[in-house]
Amino acid sequence: MSNVLVQVENLSKKYTLGQQQQERYQSLRDVMAKQVRKLGQTFLRPKHSATPAKEDFWALRDVSFEIQQGDRVGIIGRNGAGKSTLLKILSRITEPTQGQIRIRGRVASLLEVGTGFHPELTGRENIFLNGAILGMGKAEIHRKFDEIVAFAEVEKFLDTPVKRYSSGMYVRLAFAVAAHLEPEILIVDEVLAVGDAQFQQKCLGKMQDVGQAGKTVLFVSHNMGSISTLCNQGIYLKQGQVVYTGSIHDTIKTYMMAFQRGESQAPGVLFKRELCSSKLDAFQILEVALHDQNLELKPVTQTWDFVRIRIHFYSPRPISHSSVELAISTYAGNKLIQYSTQPLSGIPLSFAEGEAYIDCVIPKLPLASGSYQISVGLAMPMIEWLCWEENIATLEVGEADVYRSKLPPHQDRTPVVVEHRWECPGQKPLTHESVYTFGY
Amino acid sequence: MNSHPGELIIEAGRSQRQYWRDLWRYRELFYFLAWRDILVRYKQTAIGMIWALIRPFLTMVVFTVVFGSLAKLPSQGVPYPILVFSAMLPWQFFANSLSECSNSLISNANLVSKVYFPRLVVPTSAVIVSFVDFMISGIILIGLMAWYNFIPSWRILTLPLFVAIAFMAAMGAGLWLAALNVKYRDFRYVVPFIIQFGLYISPVGFSSSIVPPEWRLLYSLNPMVGVIDGFRWAILGGEAQLDWSGFGLSFGLVTLLFISGVRYFRAYERTFADVI
Repeated sequence: MSNVLVQVENLSKKYTLGQQQQERYQSLRDVMAKQVRKLGQTFLRPKHSATPAKEDFWALRDVSFEIQQGDRVGIIGRNGAGKSTLLKILSRITEPTQGQIRIRGRVASLLEVGTGFHPELTGRENIFLNGAILGMGKAEIHRKFDEIVAFAEVEKFLDTPVKRYSSGMYVRLAFAVAAHLEPEILIVDEVLAVGDAQFQQKCLGKMQDVGQAGKTVLFVSHNMGSISTLCNQGIYLKQGQVVYTGSIHDTIKTYMMAFQRGESQAPGVLFKRELCSSKLDAFQILEVALHDQNLELKPVTQTWDFVRIRIHFYSPRPISHSSVELAISTYAGNKLIQYSTQPLSGIPLSFAEGEAYIDCVIPKLPLASGSYQISVGLAMPMIEWLCWEENIATLEVGEADVYRSKLPPHQDRTPVVVEHRWECPGQKPLTHESVYTFGY
Repeated sequence: MNSHPGELIIEAGRSQRQYWRDLWRYRELFYFLAWRDILVRYKQTAIGMIWALIRPFLTMVVFTVVFGSLAKLPSQGVPYPILVFSAMLPWQFFANSLSECSNSLISNANLVSKVYFPRLVVPTSAVIVSFVDFMISGIILIGLMAWYNFIPSWRILTLPLFVAIAFMAAMGAGLWLAALNVKYRDFRYVVPFIIQFGLYISPVGFSSSIVPPEWRLLYSLNPMVGVIDGFRWAILGGEAQLDWSGFGLSFGLVTLLFISGVRYFRAYERTFADVI
């Protein structure tokens, strides 16, 4: 294979706990004390190695994968799964304990926005400094200077020390510098979590441009929306090991499934809280499940199906004026539906202490095939949230050719599917058979 | 995948062959980091760069009064301020480099843990910053020479050689301390002590000719003795003598310090990001 840009083989990284967590750096006194103790032990109990074995922690274990040129790879996994360690090794900040990586091409990594920014220096000075730290030459920075400034929208403040910048301006400038690197392989860690929505969109757009220019991108984020728009391939890491690699869509799906349900759940149950203790003491959602007209669990859901979304919840105390909210959004985070018993439906509810459930019945589910996120909350309407559990469940909607056109509506084309028809002037509703020619 | 000319292989314990090439590729970073430190140092100060002149000047005045006027130590036939200042230059350079260098990795911890570049860049830039100060203080020496109508001999042309030795001494010690400081923060407290102590055991306020000949070789075990004597030999000319065997010993130690410093630093460099 000639277009493999990154090849990772059996990569492992070990940290020794204690060195890593309690105190990152040692003091000489500790080292000497330890040596003396060890010496004492060899004299007193020569055969017995009594020193407590340092605990090893494998941040990565036998990770192998390949990245082709032009791939935009999203790395997902929970906190502590080894994502950042992987990126750190790939960008040569730290060394692997075992294994090998072969990289062909210039790597630029952006693990943090504004690394090396100095608060006392002006925006202009920081552009040069940060550029140099990220590996740009002076001439290169000069060439891109105007573009960077325009992207960051800080023209007026170029000669102000960045310590006087608003945090938004700071982040914009920092990202702008990094975004104008021109590497063959760009490594980006969770940097879009900052800045306002508009700027995040701009950053994503910029990164998409990079991807479309045939550059290879490795991207870590917890925002499934930006990962799914940006990437085409995915790697799912769990406890330092690769669980799944494949198309980004399937990777995210695998991850979400594993994340939301404890391994074994009845089909149709979208979410079930694993109760650590038997004692409940806060408002919370216990279960979200889909039922059909016969009140049976509904394992498969299609566009325009009848669905009954049953929400089990717990109320630790009676609440006289309360409501349940249900929201459905796309993976990209666009909210499609947010319904509530109160104020939207105007139904007064009151919770008794204890567990209860409520059904939200949607006679004709107006969602195209694809995956959606469900968020559920309890509230005292217009006063306060009692709890709000964002994206606790994934709703998979299957294909149904509801318009009888042999093109079942899909999420990417139109997430919302409503009954509608087309009419031409002076004609009855158009059908598959009707042919209408405009003009005379 | 066959090996490829531009291919980078990352492996445990691999001494990267492309390290020196990378160092060259990041050459502008030396400049930018030094530039940053110089720029930042005098931000929001009223008299700015003049501080780089005032400090060595005042120290020189004090040393001249204490050792020259009060203790009446011999001056090798040159004005005492010039005698003091020709030693003050390399000593200040060494002392500043050492303290800047040893803290450089810690104070740039965010860079070390988030960006890749050859780590040698950081301590080297710290030495470069001190070198700029050294050049600025050099103005005082020229001023003193003009004031006392002192004309240096041809030997002044050899000065760059001794500057290079001073550079090596500062780098060598600095790299050791910088690398050790990452792991053992104790060295944060050791360095100021070394500097304070070193000022007294180095011939800064006095000429090393007052050290009895039988102790000279032992005295030269302090690498800065060779550097300072070299500076005096080059700047003062005339009566200033260089004890060549002592100088050779100092020079050998400086070389050893430099080479071992670079090697130690290189060996531990790869773990910095995990430990810092």
